[in-house]
Order: sequence, then C-alpha cells, then structure tokens
Amino acid sequence: MSKYRTSEVLVAAVLVAPFVAIYGWMFIYPTIQMVQLSFTNAPLIGAGVWVGLTNYTRMFADKIFGAAVWNTAYFVLLTVVPGTAVALGIALMVSRLKGWLQSVILSLFFLPFVLPVTVVYLIWDWLLNVQFGILQQVITPIVGRPINVWRTIPWFMPFAALITIWWTNGFSILLFLAGLRNIPKELYEAAALDGGTRWQVFSRITWPLIWPVTVLCLTIQLILQLKIFDQVYLFAVGGRTQATMVLVQYIYEQAFQKNSGGYASAIAVALFVIVVAFSILQFQLLRIRGNRQ
Amino acid sequence: MTSMATNISPMAGARRGLNVGHILLTALSIICALLWFFPLYWALVTSFRHDDETVKNFGLLPENPTLDGYLYVIQHSSLPIWYLNSTIVAVSVTIIAVFMAACAGYAISQLHFPGRRLLWWIILASFMVPAQALIVNHFIIIAGVKLLNTHAGTILPMLITPVTVIVYKQFFDSLPREFREAAVMDGANPFQLLFRVYLPMNWGVTTALAIITFIGAWNAFLWPFLAAQTERMMTVTVGITAVQDAFGVFYGRLMAGAVLAGLPVALAYIIFQKRVTQAITLSAGIKG
Repeated sequence: MSKYRTSEVLVAAVLVAPFVAIYGWMFIYPTIQMVQLSFTNAPLIGAGVWVGLTNYTRMFADKIFGAAVWNTAYFVLLTVVPGTAVALGIALMVSRLKGWLQSVILSLFFLPFVLPVTVVYLIWDWLLNVQFGILQQVITPIVGRPINVWRTIPWFMPFAALITIWWTNGFSILLFLAGLRNIPKELYEAAALDGGTRWQVFSRITWPLIWPVTVLCLTIQLILQLKIFDQVYLFAVGGRTQATMVLVQYIYEQAFQKNSGGYASAIAVALFVIVVAFSILQFQLLRIRGNRQ
Repeated sequence: MTSMATNISPMAGARRGLNVGHILLTALSIICALLWFFPLYWALVTSFRHDDETVKNFGLLPENPTLDGYLYVIQHSSLPIWYLNSTIVAVSVTIIAVFMAACAGYAISQLHFPGRRLLWWIILASFMVPAQALIVNHFIIIAGVKLLNTHAGTILPMLITPVTVIVYKQFFDSLPREFREAAVMDGANPFQLLFRVYLPMNWGVTTALAIITFIGAWNAFLWPFLAAQTERMMTVTVGITAVQDAFGVFYGRLMAGAVLAGLPVALAYIIFQKRVTQAITLSAGIKG
C-alpha cells in the first residue's frame, strides 16, 4: 500500500462501487456470456450443449445472414456520406444567419433528432400512406402511380435511409456548426479583402479547416448506422422482412422468434467484431487529430 | 466601414451584389427549414382533424379543429400508464446514470487507487461495444433474476452510458488544482470536495448530461420493447406502435398519440436548447 493512501483508496472504492457493480453486471458479464453462448446450441432461456464452431460455420453458409450483412452495408452506404453532406450544407446555411433567426431555423432542423423512433415511424408512415399520404402527391406525378414504399423492396432502403437522415441529422449539424464557429474570423476577412469568390473561400478555407469535423461525423455516423434496427424493423413489420433484414434484426429474430440463443449470440459476436473494429479505427483517427492540435 | 462604402464607389456595387445573394441565401435557408419541418407540422395538423377530414383534406389547416383524437387516445388506450412508465424509467435512468458517472468520473480523474487505469479501459471498451449485440444476454440475465416486465428490469441495462463518465472525467481533469488544494486546506474531505465544490462549480455540465440522458432514455426503443411483456409495462415509445389496435386505423388518433409521445422530449429540447447543444458537442469531444 506504499503507493496509495488508505483513506483515498477507501473513498475511491465507495465512489466507484455503484459503477463497478452495474458495469460488471450489465456490460462485462453479458459480453463474456455472449461469446460463451455462441459456442453452444442454447435456446433463449435454458442451458445448451457445447457445439464448438458449428454456429459460425452455419452463419457463413446462411443466406439470410449474408443478406443481413449486405442490407446493413447498403443502409450504411445510403446514410453515412449523403447524410454528412446534407448536414454540412445545412450547417453552412445556418451559420450565415444571425440572432433569433438562426436559433429558430436551427431548431426546425434539429427538432426531429430529439423524437423517439416510433414517433418518426408513425409520422412517415402517414406521410407515405399509399392511399391518403400527402407525399404520394409528389410521388405520383414523378412515377406515374402511388407507391407502397414499405412493400416495394427497391424503394424500402432508400426511403428508410432518407427518413434516417431527416431524423438523425441534427447531431452532425451541431458538430459542423461548432466546427465552423472555431474557424478564425480573420481568415474570412482576409479572403474578402483579396476579393475571393464564395467558392474560393469555401474550397480554400472552410473545407480544409472543417475536414477534421467531417471525419468525426462520418465515423460517428458509420458506427451508429451499422447498429440499425428500429426504423427498419418498424417499417417492415407485416411485410417480407427477410428481404430487408439487417444484422441487429437477425439477432432479434433468431433469439426471440426462433428461440435459438446460441446462434443469435454468434451473430451478435459478428456485429460486435464489426462495430469494435470500426470504433478502434475511429479512436485512432481521433488520437491522430488530438496529437496534431 | 461606412466611410469606405461612400468613398470607394466600385465597392458599393460589389456590396449590393452581395446583399442580393445574401437575401436569396437567407430565403433559401428559410424554405429548406420549413420543408424539413413539414413532416412534424403535418402530423400536428392531422392530429387536430376529424377522421373523415384526414383522408380528403390536403389543406394546411384543419377545417374544424378538434381534440377528439387526443381525447380518444387518452381515454381508450393505455397511454396514461405508458406515460407513467416512461417517466419512471427515464427519470430513474437519468438520476442513477448521472450520479454514478459523476462519482466514477471524479474518482478516476482526481483520486489515486489501484485499478484506476483498468476502470478507464472498461469505460472506453463499453463505449465501443454495441448495446444491440448484448440484447440476448441482457434478456437472459434479467429473466434470470425475475425482473422481466418490471421497471427495474427495464432500467438496469439502460444504465450503461459510458459517454457520461467520459465527459465527467474530462470535466474534472480540466479543473484547476488550486481549488482542490484550497478546499483540502479548509478541511474538506473528498466527498465534500465532489458534492460541495466541484459539482456546484459547474452545474451546467450536469444539467446538460442529465437532459441528454433523459431524452435518450425516453426515446429508447429496442430494450424496453424486449423487456415489457404486457401492455401495462410498456413505455410510451414502445406502446404507440406495439399495440396494433390501440388507436385503430384513424390517422387523427395515430398522430395525436405521436404528438403526445414526442411532446416531453420536444419540450425538453426547446426549453434547454443550449444545454442539449452543449451535451452533444461535449460528448463528441468538440469545443462548442
């Protein structure tokens, strides 16, 4: 105990006790159990038998698992880069405004972000209702007929992505606004004196200086959207869910509808590995950024 | 600036051009914002329409505004109970998670004890591990202690909010050492230091984290959806869609339910706008 003061260690023990108890019980234990369960044929509730790598070999041969990986990747592709680009555009618009107008406009863009996913689902299900939805007034002239978006496979993911961008973009907008505010005003004043055009100012000053925030937004969005479940599940209920299956949804289906806890855990391990890999990548990127400053 | 504009005439022309561009861009921003907000507006308008009007009136205002939709969902669905459940769950998660994070963040930042680095690594690890991957095991664990379909069972897995601990640790790290030394000179023990000196110095951080935790807990879908097995134990977020025939296919009622479910978090944002912004930039590690 030479390195530590007993009283300080006791205080620390009391302070971290609730944290250690909860994280031990609700994070470390389930994580270990997930890995362990993935090597068994356990049902959702109850013990299973050790089956080695059977779940994993089954997973790689499983067409629906392949579809879930593909759909998740497709959803990520449709949301991450387009969403970040839209957020940057909005942030650039909002940052030009001043005073109350700026806060009102920002609130209008940000408000969807604070809403529960089921509210977002109900609203868009109504907007896109094939008979009475107001957005069919836009779709019909373009396509020639009303479209039942959630029952037409090629339309499903693009619309799920569109709604996700609408819903979650507020987060990236705030990060971009903070980033734009940190760009020194003098740079813009100097550019104005030199008679720089809007495009020159953007491409030579704003874009390079906002790039670190762009990388941050892209990685946060990437990790977030890999975990997609709620919207896709809600919009697909009652339809051909296998065609639009995403990874988390497949964990849910295997565990809670097919009662195979072991196989569901193996899929969860796959998700876990994918997300942790991207998180470590993000962590490294942030560290590089931190060291530069 | 005024003297420049009057003395140099070519500049005046350039400035007028700039003003036209400025006005056009401002108008574009307003139009985009209104379009972005339109889905929410449309839900609000629909919620005040009569049933027969929702399917034939595409006007921007209801013909005869009515509260029928709201009255129906309050009287004929479990919405009041779901509201109570959501309030119990979201408030408990907020209080427990923020308190736990403040204590742990303070200890990791300010105190020397064995296992400090290990704790920090656990926090960073839990930041990376997707909660969605743990749903099966959360379900097994909560079922094992017979807490499924209870408030406690819904709350427990939602207490893993590593970002709160990270933000607190960084906040305590940033405080000047002199405060600690001065307080210790005055005979303050480490508990008093945390609750009487450090936390009161900046309630803003705590408020910001509490609001964002509350919004997150109110909005949580996947775990509360799995944990609640009967209609009476659902949260609002789960209930408004899980119970298929709760409102029937009446869009006025459905939108009234949606408005009521989103109202608490929308109000929390509107009232505490600055704190929400602060919490988001803090949690992403950006200086606001």
